[in-house]
Amino acid sequence: MSLLAYLVAVWLFVVGIYGVVTSRHLVHLVMCLSVAQASTYVLLLGIGYRKGGQAPIFGDIPTSTPVVDPVVQALALTDVVVGATVSALLLALAVQAHKRFGSVDPDELNALRG
Amino acid sequence: MRSFVALAALGVLGAVLVVAVTGLEPFGHYPGPYGDVLAKVVPDERHTGQLVAATVFDYRAFDTLGEEMILFAAVCGCAALLRVLRSEHAGEGAPGRPVPSFAARAMAAALVGPVTVLGVYVIVHGHLTPGGGFSGGVVVAGALLLAYAGGQGLRLRRVGSITLLEGTEALGAAGFLALALAGLIAAGTLLKNFLALGTSGMLLSAGTIPVGNVAVGLEVAGAVALVFAEFLEQALLEDPE
Amino acid sequence: MTFLQATCLVVVALLGTLVVFTRDPLRQAAVTGIFGLGLAALFLAVQAPDVALSQIAIGAIVVPVLVLLAMAKIREHDE
Repeated sequence: MSLLAYLVAVWLFVVGIYGVVTSRHLVHLVMCLSVAQASTYVLLLGIGYRKGGQAPIFGDIPTSTPVVDPVVQALALTDVVVGATVSALLLALAVQAHKRFGSVDPDELNALRG
Repeated sequence: MRSFVALAALGVLGAVLVVAVTGLEPFGHYPGPYGDVLAKVVPDERHTGQLVAATVFDYRAFDTLGEEMILFAAVCGCAALLRVLRSEHAGEGAPGRPVPSFAARAMAAALVGPVTVLGVYVIVHGHLTPGGGFSGGVVVAGALLLAYAGGQGLRLRRVGSITLLEGTEALGAAGFLALALAGLIAAGTLLKNFLALGTSGMLLSAGTIPVGNVAVGLEVAGAVALVFAEFLEQALLEDPE
Repeated sequence: MTFLQATCLVVVALLGTLVVFTRDPLRQAAVTGIFGLGLAALFLAVQAPDVALSQIAIGAIVVPVLVLLAMAKIREHDE
């Protein structure tokens, strides 16, 4: 039971990669990639959690309360925003690929054409 | 065929990952020293209770600098990919975009102001409450999108609007870099927290952390709004084919 | 691990599987939005309010809108 968080992270990663590999539409591929990215957030936050810990913000709780790890939260926080922007870049690539080659099927986009 | 090979390979990968994961500490028994060190040290050293903001903008600010540059580069790539080619310009009128219903326009008009204020609040109070530049910047960009959805449009035909968004994003990125270099000039270390620390809990406290929050908020808002504007411009063009 | 956290984890795993197996991109955009909200609930349950705020803003505002805009461009080109 104590491994559930990590197992969910592994499952999300594997499922996301399976979606990327067997995808037939570039936009579907980008969203499967974002599922795989979400697995890293789950793993990070799972590692940093402390039983009975509070959120790491000492606004109105005394500074001696046990808190969860703020470093992994900092990593996940910036990663969420930047990951979405990279997904936007991939979607722009998909739109341009469709415009140039007429298809969004990754299987048909296998030749290097100028 | 391909899905069988994929399933086999991913099965092996999944098994390896599961074995790897059993070597971690059990969920809830956080062992590492850094969280405890930060919890002990930050309220006195930086006069702020927001450990995550202190980590993002002070102790690990170098990582945030890198992430800012990734954001900037990704948006530059988007803008380059979605640029309107000379052969693609649309006619003067907006092509067949349906006018939103009265309810949608009323709701959007009513909500744009509060959402912008909420976004600015989240950005500016990043060192006191959860949130900060990253979340608040996205909320402000969402307010812009609300204006579009309410039918007011972003006046995409005129160059001025895109330039304003690009300027905001560049200002945010340059602002963060300038903050880093100012730390180098004023105190000898890149990204050092060199402003007055103030009293914990006040709006102007914790040195350069609120300044970093504002810079990042500007950049993220500009970046997300720019991506929206580029996509919308592309999506609304009439292809002359 | 509390019951809430366990429930959130299982829901997130199920929603992730649903996202991958929804092939039509328009429907997948809606399911991705719900997946994002489920993730945000999980982040709140493990005491990470900053990350949850970012995830709500991104997963509910940015990602579905971008996918819909990309699909609009692709669809329009097809017709």
